Amino acid sequence: MADLSVKIGSLTLKNPVIAASGCFGYGLEYASAVDVSALGGVAVKGLFLNEREGHAPPRIVETPAGMLNAIGLQGIGVHRFVREKLPELRRLGVTTIVNVCGSTIDEYCEVTRVLSDAEGVGAIELNISCPNIKEGGIQFGCSLTGTYDVVSAVRKVTSLPLVPKLTPNVTDPASFARASEDAGADAISLVNTFLAMAIDVETRKPKLTNLMGGLSGPAIRPIAVRMVWECRQAVKLPIIGMGGIATVTDVLEFIIAGADAVQVGTANFVYPTLWADMIDGIDKYLDRHGIARVADLVGKMER
Amino acid sequence: MPVDIPAAVIGNTRLTPEYNVLSLAAPGVAEHAAPGQFVMVKTAPGLDPLLRRPFSIFEILRDASGAPVGISLLNKRVGVGTSLLYDARDGDRIDCLGPLGKPFEPVDPPAEAWMVAGGVGLAPFATLAQALAARGTSMTLFYGGRSAADLFHESFFTGLGATLVITTDDGSRGERGRVTRPLERALAARAATLPVTMYACGPTPMMRAVADLAATHARPTFVSLEPVMGCGMGGCYSCVVRVTRPGGTHFVRSCIEGPVFDAASVVWDALKGGHH
Repeated sequence: MADLSVKIGSLTLKNPVIAASGCFGYGLEYASAVDVSALGGVAVKGLFLNEREGHAPPRIVETPAGMLNAIGLQGIGVHRFVREKLPELRRLGVTTIVNVCGSTIDEYCEVTRVLSDAEGVGAIELNISCPNIKEGGIQFGCSLTGTYDVVSAVRKVTSLPLVPKLTPNVTDPASFARASEDAGADAISLVNTFLAMAIDVETRKPKLTNLMGGLSGPAIRPIAVRMVWECRQAVKLPIIGMGGIATVTDVLEFIIAGADAVQVGTANFVYPTLWADMIDGIDKYLDRHGIARVADLVGKMER
Repeated sequence: MPVDIPAAVIGNTRLTPEYNVLSLAAPGVAEHAAPGQFVMVKTAPGLDPLLRRPFSIFEILRDASGAPVGISLLNKRVGVGTSLLYDARDGDRIDCLGPLGKPFEPVDPPAEAWMVAGGVGLAPFATLAQALAARGTSMTLFYGGRSAADLFHESFFTGLGATLVITTDDGSRGERGRVTRPLERALAARAATLPVTMYACGPTPMMRAVADLAATHARPTFVSLEPVMGCGMGGCYSCVVRVTRPGGTHFVRSCIEGPVFDAASVVWDALKGGHH
């Protein structure tokens, strides 16, 4: 039995496998089918200060080995989350990572303050990379000064582990990893989805009401692995890697590329009960290779 | 409590070149399934198609002792996933997650139950009819199809005591035209003092027409909606439907707050088409 624990700033995860934000509701939706507390963590759906309606359907379309989504960050807002969801997540023993959204730096800070005052939040994942909303979000995530400014502003209002979630829709994600590190982040997570489109050739209409959406799923995995590796070369921060992870082999690939932990999103839509086998598979691999701690595998690509 | 089962195909009855009934060994699903619930089905292993497809549970299959051993799906081939299910063979393994969603609530006597089915929208009504029969509720099935060849399992429903009202688009069986026409006449003919609850599943325009009739005649009515669905568990927020709730209208997830909705709560304009 290897040591699967992972340190993300002051937070210790019991294992490196986290449910990705936007793919696992508020975690409680899955409690009837999965032992949610056995996951390394649950990154809950992105929260603004207020409730948000999201985009008109259709919001998803399937593509080869992947899918596009343009949900538009429908959500209940941070206050209802703290009131209605967080107590139950605490009761279940879930390691809760809250994905924080904002249209302005002030909103990011205010949402973070509310969460920092609440009991039961393990870490803040700063969503500066959603490709589907017009204001805020990715505008910060696509500019180095924007990234620095929002991360350093939020850093001042919380002592919770702070994890900016980076976009792949830039030429050099590693420079955004450095900007995050310089601004005081405790870790980074990447990648969010790739901005993409699909068109119905018979009707000549876009398949998503929102026109564009974010591509996720196994189709993007090799690009995400490359970006995690690049960031590993650039920063010392813990990295939470994601992008098309569906099997334990995929998890190990990200860890070897340099991820300390991983998130699983789209694959959970298809196999919502995959978690136990995935976590067990990491343990078996480490035992088979005589590695005592999963931390010892991080970034250990041989060349 | 949903379970995910690699269900073996134990039968595939091809009814027409389009429709089949696929039987799956899935005792854990069958045991807990309620009328109107659905399963998420992985139509092929691997990454294409990647996502599962939602299907109403059509029948609960039982062994000689009456114990639930599986479910069947009424499938119409319209795309890649449904074609794979049409072509499935005995012994194939098909991942099946369920039962999911809010079920129909079968009405008790003295109310009558009127079910309105269009095409493959017949699927959720076999189990509902059984539940209604068990309560002794009088029931009528208004059943519309394109032609006589597209109408199935009529004797199943009559065997449970249901009255059948058939329509076809081409007039090859029953009344020619839309299923909502005989429904409208029946509603007009029924005294307001005699209670009726309606249940509808089929093409969106049909369900909307039923909802309009329900409003006109002040009859409680429930519809089973079938929007594009990603996960079936409430995780992805893709299958939202706009409904009226206290304080305004909201997008709610049809996988966990539906697929069965009070027809009066659905904002039908928001369901029109999909593409803008």
